[in-house]
Amino acid sequence: MNITLKVWRQDGPNSAGRLETYDAKDISEHMSFLEMIDVVNEQLEAAGTDPIAFDHDCREGICGMCSLQINGTPHGPERGTTTCQLHMRTFKDGETITIEPWRATAFPVVKDLVVDRTSFDRIIEAGGYISVNTGGPQDANAIPINKGDADEAFEYAACIGCGACVAACKNASASLFTAAKLSHLALLPQGQAERYERTSSMVAQMDLEGFGSCTNQYECEAACPKGISVQSIAHMNRDYIKASLTGR
Amino acid sequence: MILDSKEPKGPIEERWDKHRFDMKLVNPANKRKFKVIVVGSGLAGASAAATLGELGYNVSCFAYQDSPRRAHSIAAQGGINSAKNYPNDGDSVFRLFYDTVKGGDYRSRESNVYRLSQVSVNIIDQAVGQGVPFAREYGGLLTNRSFGGAQVSRTFYARGQTGQQLLLGAYQALARQIHAGKVEMHNRTEMLDLVLVNGHARGIITRNLVDGTITRHAADAVILATGGYSNVFYLSTNAMGCNVTAAFRAYKKGATFANPCYTQIHPTCIPVKGDYQSKLTLMSESLRNDGRVWVPKKVGDHRPPNSIPDEERDYYLERRYPSFGNLVPRDVASRNAKIVCDEGRGVGGGQAVYLDFRDAIARDGKDAVEAKYGNLFHMYHKITDEDPYSTPMRIYPAPHYTMGGLWVDYNLMSNVPGLHVLGEANFSDHGSNRLGASALMQGLADGYFVIPYTLGNYLATAKQEKVTTDHPEFVAAEAEVQGRIDKLLSNNGTATVDSYHRRLGRIMWEYCGMSRSDEGLRKAIVEISELRAEFWDNVSVTGSKGTFNSVLERAGRVADFLELGELMCRDALERAESCGGHFREESQTAEGEALRIDEQYSHVAAWEYQGEGTDPVRHTEDLEFEYVKLTQRSYK
Repeated sequence: MNITLKVWRQDGPNSAGRLETYDAKDISEHMSFLEMIDVVNEQLEAAGTDPIAFDHDCREGICGMCSLQINGTPHGPERGTTTCQLHMRTFKDGETITIEPWRATAFPVVKDLVVDRTSFDRIIEAGGYISVNTGGPQDANAIPINKGDADEAFEYAACIGCGACVAACKNASASLFTAAKLSHLALLPQGQAERYERTSSMVAQMDLEGFGSCTNQYECEAACPKGISVQSIAHMNRDYIKASLTGR
Repeated sequence: MILDSKEPKGPIEERWDKHRFDMKLVNPANKRKFKVIVVGSGLAGASAAATLGELGYNVSCFAYQDSPRRAHSIAAQGGINSAKNYPNDGDSVFRLFYDTVKGGDYRSRESNVYRLSQVSVNIIDQAVGQGVPFAREYGGLLTNRSFGGAQVSRTFYARGQTGQQLLLGAYQALARQIHAGKVEMHNRTEMLDLVLVNGHARGIITRNLVDGTITRHAADAVILATGGYSNVFYLSTNAMGCNVTAAFRAYKKGATFANPCYTQIHPTCIPVKGDYQSKLTLMSESLRNDGRVWVPKKVGDHRPPNSIPDEERDYYLERRYPSFGNLVPRDVASRNAKIVCDEGRGVGGGQAVYLDFRDAIARDGKDAVEAKYGNLFHMYHKITDEDPYSTPMRIYPAPHYTMGGLWVDYNLMSNVPGLHVLGEANFSDHGSNRLGASALMQGLADGYFVIPYTLGNYLATAKQEKVTTDHPEFVAAEAEVQGRIDKLLSNNGTATVDSYHRRLGRIMWEYCGMSRSDEGLRKAIVEISELRAEFWDNVSVTGSKGTFNSVLERAGRVADFLELGELMCRDALERAESCGGHFREESQTAEGEALRIDEQYSHVAAWEYQGEGTDPVRHTEDLEFEYVKLTQRSYK
């Protein structure tokens, strides 16, 4: 198949960007979306020009490094799928595909399609953990945990930190990302001791990074490749109010 | 050179305790005076950096990804072994130890493996304490499964995402130390050289992958936790960025590289489909519990699988190994797939075999099969556009893990004082074949429970002067790094970096993959050296050094793979026995099975770099087995 690509090119964080057009010729429908970009890039490289910069690593849908706004949708048209797991058979021969980076103040563009997501790391650093030193915990079976709670905690812990939720949100809110970690830890007995302090600190950091507020549009859940539920945001808001009222 | 393992003596169950007592301690108030560099942020690196930060050391941690949470440990699916014996089914520290040494085909160090087995118990406590959501029973306690042919259920898991959950636990512990100011994190930064002062590892040279800045970092000790080198095959199940550069730079600075030819080829991966393919995807080996592996009996039988009647199918694993059938270990399953494909009986283009669920579906019903393997079938369907419920899956082996790595002693220190190596990057615990669910265990054992003790002993006894980055050794190392980058960028060749990587991968796969021969390996050594010369003559590296330049990154890594590939072939050539996943054609039994030669090869081979143009020297560390009885594996 033959595809026309319109790709966002931007030299650095402070340069102006522009959409450039590339032809992706003789593409196999079995290629993954990123392999299609590899092919275009190898042609650019062979011609001595700078290939398109994009983030990717495991190509198994778990590391969260790949991104891309594909025809306006984070990770492209297929639900519950990261860009690296998207295949060209999803597209039509002759189609024009527009590829842009995640757009958010808190995710500045590094180059082309690569953005800086360290704001997510700083939210976790603000309290997204249980404070146990190595060697400290008791026997793993000392605290039974209700299976339903453990399974629900797992659902939230499955977040891959890709940032699609922010890219999908008109407010560029990081509520789903932050709430997923808070809900994971708040559902477990180990996470109770720091529960409310954790909520206040992570929410404060989220605001400080310049992410917007949540206005309940649920675009984040629809875009999340791991299907993280917006219920987590409700958990977060409830704990945040409780934390504010108790001064924690 | 004498490779002294520094193993403690005495009864094996007392060795680690005794060693912990014998080691020198660093006073709590003095820990803050030491700086430690940790390269890598996977299970081994993140757990080490976090724990050393908790103890009070000043840590700098480096990752090539944009966040420490993305290291490739995250992709591990199956689980983590631990000798907890919660199921009460006969497991013990000794049994896990015994199984690991046996599974490694008797090519690992007993003392190290015993310690691994001992601390495996603490890892589960630690992970649960951090909030890792392992699978549980309805009663609220942890559940276990049997994995990789083990006869006890000792594997803890979190769906098919155990690596992700354990890594996030370690990442969160690391984040806490970053917040506390004890760990300084350097993302999108690549280590390009190791700096030695007076023979001790005292720092590294890095390149910032965003703006190209080259920086010198000085410390009191350096820890490499940089993972494995399966990407030498170009196509592997590793992440795109996984590379050997940090370990290889250390090798060139004098650290010996142990057993480089020990690689694990996983039997159940989705086959290669075209030249554009960038990586291979693993399908959990649990599929072999119900799937039957077969190829057509006749060469050149291109009928669709469902039109081939049973009597014209060759269920070759069931035929050759009646007692284990489709559940033979990874190495046996992989090698037999290669054999039938080499005979011309491969399917779907020749490099694949069928994994058929027809009989399981007929026996248990589609729903039962879906309940067990639904997510895997879905993944397969998505990648191949074929429905495995109605058409047999096509699978083929792929490089997956490397047991070889930098040589380390019992303290996880290389032969270069101060240079410690953890996780997949070292060679120590898996011998010539790693068992399923043991990689996560080893990475976390090294990082949480071994290095925090042994590093203190080094720092307390090495007593080196403080150095700063204006020391001449740092200046020289930086100049070397700059020179190499300039050389790559000014090459003005015509062929792309990936074209060389692909060609290297094909040579490695052909001659240093599942089956090896004297003749093939000699041929490969010549071909790789020619390819390397061509690379330096004709590779094209676009862009400039002061910017985000993925071509330059890959060029540096491929250059190192081109040297490592040759070293792997040399190691494979010298080891003229079949062991673990390595079938040496000259060393087989009358029935065509792998033949290990203990009298000649019961040792670790560690290679010492001798400078460009000179062959490396092979040193050996003899392996002594006091507790495990050596036997030839049989699955007939």
